[in-house]
Amino acid sequence: MSALSSAVGPGSLVLRYLPAALSALVAAGFATLVPTIADYNVMRVSWPWIPGLGVELSFLIDGLSLTFALLITGIGAIVFAYSASYFKGHPKLVRLLVLLVLFEISMLGLVLADNLILMFVFWELTTITSFLLVGFDHEQESARNKALQALLVTGAGGLALLAGILLLGIVGGTYEASTLPLVADTIKEHSLYLPILTLFLLGAFTKSAQFPFHFWLPNAMAAPTPVSAYLHSATMVKAGVYLLARMTPTLGGTEPWLWSLTIVGGVTAVIGSIWALRQTDLKLALAHTTVMALGTITMFLGGAAPIALTAAATFLVVHAFYKAALFLTVGMLDKKAGSREIDALGGLALPMWRTWIIASLAALSMAGFPPFLGFVGKELKYEGALAVASEPLLVVTFAVLANAMMVAIAAAVAIKPFYGRRRSLAEQPADPPFAMWIGPAFLAIGGLIFGLAPDLVGSALINPTATVMSGDLVAKQFKLWHGVNVPLMLSILTFIIGIVLYFNLARIRAALTRLDQRGIWTAEHGYDRALTGLKAIATGQTRVIQPGRLTHYLFWTTATLAALLWSALIAGGFAVLPQAGRMPTLIEWTMLALAGFGAIATAATTSSLLAILALGLLGGTVAAIFVLYGAIDVAMTQLLVETLFVVIVAVALLKLPRLAPTTGARIRWRHLGLAGALGTGTTLTLFAVLSVDLDRRVSDFFEVTSVPEAFGRNIVNVILVDFRALDTLGEIAVVVIAALGVLALLRSRMLTAAEDRR
Amino acid sequence: MNSIILSAATRIVTPLMVAFSIFILLRGHNEPGGGFIGGLVAATAFALYAKAMGVPATLRALSLSPPTIAVVGLAMSTLAGLWGLVQSGVLLKGLWPLLTTADDGSKAGLPIGSVLVFDVGVYLVVVGSVLSILFALEADVAEENEGED
Repeated sequence: MSALSSAVGPGSLVLRYLPAALSALVAAGFATLVPTIADYNVMRVSWPWIPGLGVELSFLIDGLSLTFALLITGIGAIVFAYSASYFKGHPKLVRLLVLLVLFEISMLGLVLADNLILMFVFWELTTITSFLLVGFDHEQESARNKALQALLVTGAGGLALLAGILLLGIVGGTYEASTLPLVADTIKEHSLYLPILTLFLLGAFTKSAQFPFHFWLPNAMAAPTPVSAYLHSATMVKAGVYLLARMTPTLGGTEPWLWSLTIVGGVTAVIGSIWALRQTDLKLALAHTTVMALGTITMFLGGAAPIALTAAATFLVVHAFYKAALFLTVGMLDKKAGSREIDALGGLALPMWRTWIIASLAALSMAGFPPFLGFVGKELKYEGALAVASEPLLVVTFAVLANAMMVAIAAAVAIKPFYGRRRSLAEQPADPPFAMWIGPAFLAIGGLIFGLAPDLVGSALINPTATVMSGDLVAKQFKLWHGVNVPLMLSILTFIIGIVLYFNLARIRAALTRLDQRGIWTAEHGYDRALTGLKAIATGQTRVIQPGRLTHYLFWTTATLAALLWSALIAGGFAVLPQAGRMPTLIEWTMLALAGFGAIATAATTSSLLAILALGLLGGTVAAIFVLYGAIDVAMTQLLVETLFVVIVAVALLKLPRLAPTTGARIRWRHLGLAGALGTGTTLTLFAVLSVDLDRRVSDFFEVTSVPEAFGRNIVNVILVDFRALDTLGEIAVVVIAALGVLALLRSRMLTAAEDRR
Repeated sequence: MNSIILSAATRIVTPLMVAFSIFILLRGHNEPGGGFIGGLVAATAFALYAKAMGVPATLRALSLSPPTIAVVGLAMSTLAGLWGLVQSGVLLKGLWPLLTTADDGSKAGLPIGSVLVFDVGVYLVVVGSVLSILFALEADVAEENEGED
């Protein structure tokens, strides 16, 4: 029994590595599709879901979605295996793996969905699962706050995106991302194009941490390192970039698109890399370089030229390879050397030689040295930057600056902890177990192999991806060595600046820290201010509308109804005014007088009991009026309800405070005004309703079908229990719930009262 | 409330009212009435009984607690709806197993079926819910008065 549970129970070997194995299997499945996609084919499957709204369960596999799917499942397998070892024996390991798998499924759905509504559903699922993952250490308040920040920023962007998708669906006539490019010209000329673009960009920029929403990403590093490696470098933050790429053929190429992507992307790239230099925590430094990478990709997506799009696609893959490897390496250092502070580590090259090699290979790719994939990516970036449609000089400047700082940070990550005097917080630093280092090693060596033979990944995935984005066939030849040209010159310039920066790292860091401490305004302060303001508004309106007094609640509810009625009347221009009909008969005058007496007596008396009785009189009179006009069922119900109302309220009255102290003269005038407004509003509305010819189609239907189909002559009751029985079922369910609610309230009061007495 | 007149009258009036409420429930399909109104009449009857004899005596007379009555009613109505779903594939479809239709369209047999079960459910929900609230309030007040004594 115990052997069985240790083999398959929670935390067992099989269960721990099951997600990794499954993910690898799915990745292999996707890999078999590569030859098909490399020939620029597109696969699409679709099932109807909500046909009335044009929402389908449709999935699309083309170059773009396959590239993402391979990254998600491939890096997923590596991270899952790593986590299983990293969190061995952790009490919440199962929870973590379940969340990671849920996240992976959401992310896969996001990139594979063709229908934009479907994509949005997965988009929100990634937001929610990443909220749970960032807040994984939920006992810590800071982790909770940062998880909430990530949720609020990306959630707000998600709402904007939903609005954008709906507008796009209205303008374009379809929600299928693969069909929308066919009507791209109509969309771009439509007057709603700018709102649509703005909303999509808000969604993409918040998700992919673009300036000024970039602050949540470094804060999300409260998540455990494997989670950060997966969500915040390789997958989730790339969802925004994916959206931009997917929308390029539909929304891209216009002036607003070019400039917003170029400037936002460029500024994000430079800000991200500057703040990366300031960090002493290796993980935070990497987080900021991720901001830089996302900015770069955004900038190149705004470039419009096919070569710029190719550069964006290439860098996407390059970055996933080296950044995931480096994140996982930092996790290995954290676990086995006891720290991820750059100053606390040193001389670990020998005891952690596997970690050292992995870090070096990944960092060389990050810095863009030949013959690594990073070099190919960087050369393409410079080639693309020179060809962008917006402003080549600007893009080249942004790209060179950001890349130079990347060189410095890559050097800091791969050199500082491994050379020099031995420094470590662990007694005996050593390489982590196989499951932890094999994945990063795979990624790091992959960066080298694909660098030596870039056409492997280039013609198989990058060209189809760029083709999807640009709409024209892209068949770029990927080579490691291009000969001496402008991009190579720019590369050399980048290395020189980068090396200078590296040797002045301490001085730069000190300067940036001083700047930070002087409290310069950052986007995060804006977020804090907005959040505080929102809470203040919520508190204020709750204090006014829901102060805990029943009379206030009633006042606001009634006032809202009166305001709605009057605004409808005013909007209608009082089109239908009271018309002179026949004079009321004597019995009608009597009813009116009784009702009026009841109403005035209710308002005038200070005795609660008298008020209730007077109200009962009013209700009874109304019931009598119903009898006069033949609505017997309504009259019976009304009369019985009034009776029970008086009985129940008479009991409740014993507990209610006397009316007098709560109703001063001013308040009574206010209530009188409200009652008058509601009364006249209702009366005028009824006149308006009565002056319209009654559409008798529904009544006729019931009159004709009631007896032959439902065997009942009382139409009211037949409607209640047969034609519209579902409504009734809902209503009686509400009645039962309300009764149980009252019961629970009173019982809990009784229990606390009993305890107090004890 | 210790009123001999009230308790004596209640003994006679309450059974009459309950019988009348069932009459209203049953005639509802063709004449004014139905489960909701019938339930209100029955609830008034038991409210009167509770005024005259006290809540504990009423609870004993009812045998089932008011919340139970309400929940049983809701279950009956739901089951009546499911009956239609199972037999004809449409939720809440009215079914009259005891009614036969001749070729000329005339009906024969008893018009009793899923619709009546549904209406009885409504009746029980109304009785149970109103009495739940009323008795809970009464108990709350009684408790408080005890506390003050």
